[in-house]
Amino acid sequence: MKAAVIVFPGSNCDRDLKVALAQSMGREPEMVWHGNSELPDTDLIAIPGGFSYGDYLRSGAMAANSPIMREVVKRAEGGTPVLAICNGFQVATETGMLPGALLRNAGQKFVCRDVDLQIAAQNERFVGGFEQGEVVRFPVAHHDGNFYADEDKLNELESEGQIAFRYVTPEGEQTAEANPNGSLNNIAGIYNKAGNVLGLMPHPERLISKELGGTDGKRFFDHLVNSIG
Amino acid sequence: MTEITKDIVAEHGLTEGEYDEVLKILGRTPNLTELGIFSVMWSEHCSYKSSKKWLKTLPTEAPWVICGPGENAGVIDIGDGQAAIFKMESHNHPSFIEPYQGAATGVGGIMRDVFTMGARPIANMNALRFGRPDHPKTGHLVSGVVAGIAGYGNCMGVPTVGGETNFHPSYDGNILVNAMTVGLAETDNIFYSAAAGVGNPVVYVGSKTGRDGIHGATMASAEFDDDSEEKRPTVQVGDPFTEKLLLEACLELMATDAIVAIQDMGAAGLTSSSFEMADKGGVGIELNLDLVPMREEGMTPYEIMLSESQERMLMVLKPDREEEARRIFEKWELDFSVIGKVTDTGRMILTMNGEVAADLPVAPLADAAPEYDRPWTKTEPPAVIRGEDVTAPNDLGEVLLKLMGSSEIASRRWIWEQYDHMVMGDTIQRPGGDAAVVRVHGTKKALAITTDCTPRYCYADPETGGAQAVAEAWRNITATGGQPLAITDCMNFGNPQRPEIMGQFVGCIDGMRAACTALDFPVISGNVSLYNETNGTGIYPTPAIGGVGLLADYAKMTTLAFKEAEDVVVLIGELTGEMGQSLYLSEIEGREEGAPPAVDLEKERKHGDYVREMIEKGLVTAAHDISDGGLGVALAEMAIAGNIGAEITLETSLPLHAALFAEDQACYVLTVKPDDVEMLRGFALAEDIPLHIIGTIGHTDLKIDGALTISVSRLKEVHAKWLPALMSRPGSE
Repeated sequence: MKAAVIVFPGSNCDRDLKVALAQSMGREPEMVWHGNSELPDTDLIAIPGGFSYGDYLRSGAMAANSPIMREVVKRAEGGTPVLAICNGFQVATETGMLPGALLRNAGQKFVCRDVDLQIAAQNERFVGGFEQGEVVRFPVAHHDGNFYADEDKLNELESEGQIAFRYVTPEGEQTAEANPNGSLNNIAGIYNKAGNVLGLMPHPERLISKELGGTDGKRFFDHLVNSIG
Repeated sequence: MTEITKDIVAEHGLTEGEYDEVLKILGRTPNLTELGIFSVMWSEHCSYKSSKKWLKTLPTEAPWVICGPGENAGVIDIGDGQAAIFKMESHNHPSFIEPYQGAATGVGGIMRDVFTMGARPIANMNALRFGRPDHPKTGHLVSGVVAGIAGYGNCMGVPTVGGETNFHPSYDGNILVNAMTVGLAETDNIFYSAAAGVGNPVVYVGSKTGRDGIHGATMASAEFDDDSEEKRPTVQVGDPFTEKLLLEACLELMATDAIVAIQDMGAAGLTSSSFEMADKGGVGIELNLDLVPMREEGMTPYEIMLSESQERMLMVLKPDREEEARRIFEKWELDFSVIGKVTDTGRMILTMNGEVAADLPVAPLADAAPEYDRPWTKTEPPAVIRGEDVTAPNDLGEVLLKLMGSSEIASRRWIWEQYDHMVMGDTIQRPGGDAAVVRVHGTKKALAITTDCTPRYCYADPETGGAQAVAEAWRNITATGGQPLAITDCMNFGNPQRPEIMGQFVGCIDGMRAACTALDFPVISGNVSLYNETNGTGIYPTPAIGGVGLLADYAKMTTLAFKEAEDVVVLIGELTGEMGQSLYLSEIEGREEGAPPAVDLEKERKHGDYVREMIEKGLVTAAHDISDGGLGVALAEMAIAGNIGAEITLETSLPLHAALFAEDQACYVLTVKPDDVEMLRGFALAEDIPLHIIGTIGHTDLKIDGALTISVSRLKEVHAKWLPALMSRPGSE
């Protein structure tokens, strides 16, 4: 399997994502500088977290207009799996690859902590390694993670099974306290309609070993790598 | 041309004697630009004129020290051709005036100091002091400072892994914001600031120069009064995105061999960076100020030289390497301009619009920087307060709950959850423990990092307080299993022209020197912040210590959390029951009195070396040192972190309130598997270490025989709620 990680000026989880992918793939992903207008031949495109272009204008807005993103959108339309984490999720909504928007956290503050997430819909490629309804733990670290979509869009996401992860209590309850940023319906991650683009605010690449405090992220990447083959 | 009057000299913070020295060096009257340069170079902030005499007495060497004080940051060898580079620096005055930008640019500045030397920053820490919690400004200042630190560090993608925060009325008018960065470099690729090579190009990179921050260094060298808020225009504005680009561009260029010397533009901007580079290299520099990238029109040489615009660097490159370097900086969309060259004249010659704007001799200006032996008076050590002299409380459980929910002990989660403390994927001990631990990427090694100081001890007895701050940093690293290697210090004091303040400085240095020597824990970098006074009232003396240690194998790391039922709780060290300056006295009896707990450096060394050895042997399941709040608070913190209780029995002749809440030094609480107790005891006997078995882990309560029974969930609740409650008060945004 081959993977490509897109690097923007201001990306800062690119190395973490590379380490996590390399651990599961047994080889390193290719790091692709944003200024390139060509994407390599790849089985997975990953858009990392960080502060692309310093979050100026709006989180993800400038990166969405970067030359490389036109190629990413084209590949996604052609069916290539795209994993967009944190700032990557913001970029993906700004390009229209994913619906909705990520607003400033309801608490107005940056929040960095482990959160419990429920696997809300089955998607064999991305979360086939988990049971539907299972609660997993990844950290969040963001200032703008408050998922918003208008009512029609939200209903559509719910009815089409496009909600990937929800913030829940360790027991799996969807409460306001479990929601770190005020996201509608406790949404932490979503799929596009075709199911090949996953955007999520939490960082699975941060919990990939016992020393780091958990291995749910490793399970996520191990399965993803296996399923893409 | 502006005439240099007495008033202008005074406005520049130069004394008459200092100005006479200026006239002597130049043999003529300086122009305004030259006066401005003298003013910042000889400011307290840049020249260390009041502190130098005493700083020189600190130990700065050890076999593992590669570079001690004097460069942008200190460097230690951590084996395998790798070096840790670190420093802590204050940004107190600007943070009080403009908390978000003041704190943010403090973080930006310290990171630049570290990556200037060729290191990738891998961890940020901080040491913060605010006024009393109910002061009307405290909430606003905490909120702004924390957001500023977060805003800068998070965007840079460098984890902020911990720190310390105190609240005390002595900081009502002068908060302290001390930021520390630790970076990682290859020992054979470290960069220094001495300019060399006559004819070599001097290059400006990074952001453009604007009018922000002019005279920041002078502001940081004066007291505050009621009009200090009007100094807001002197606070710089940070741009972490540009600094992230600057970091990547510098590291990319550093991977080539094009750089001769490099220096960041921090306090006193282009003035201090160019003079330091020329002075260290024993050369001259010519700069054409027309070539400095500028953000605003019509800037004068005075403004260009004194601007403290952020995210800028000055470099000397090897001949004919400009184009290679330019390509890298252009890729990162940063300004790159050859603004001058190295000369053999020993003079700094600045030109603009075809005219000489300044012509100054480098070495005389640097060498003649004033150095004062200011008069000082020793703080009289107060009397020891023994446990017997303190009335026993009615309910020890209430006491423990009150301490756990007090401003000094309560959880700092509200603060560190705003910091991205996990980015870079190597944080293996997160905030809230004794020291943060960050892996050395791709190796078995890890660095343990801590910041420590107990200002109320330093105020009561500066010498003991100075020693205690160093000892606590050393213990905190030890408690993770790390070998403490070196410290950086941030010396925050009041007005040194008052003998009692100067005496606090001298006393703290004396204590630090003793502790650094006894513990083989040299000072490799640091900074001094004086004049932390408002309307004549000084802060508590606060020599903040940033310590770094090495774990050879992070698999052996310990944390403070109780791990498993049946583990045995062991106390290492002796309880003396001295209660002077304890939190017990201030929180329960409302008095800050007496001598701080005695620091016995020989015992510190012995007990700490033993604890580390036991951790190394794999015999220890949890470790925590005793500090603020004493044994009682230490046990509660371990229970909260592990979410499991313990049953403790103390066999002691001390009154229980003294045994539990005296802040005895050189003490640790360990837990150990029942099967390993005898082995642990055997080593203790052989090494003459005081060891007491005091209990067993289990159940949901912390139970101390004859004293208290409190559920861990209740302790946790009280510990957790204080800071969020403070920060939800109106006006705290």
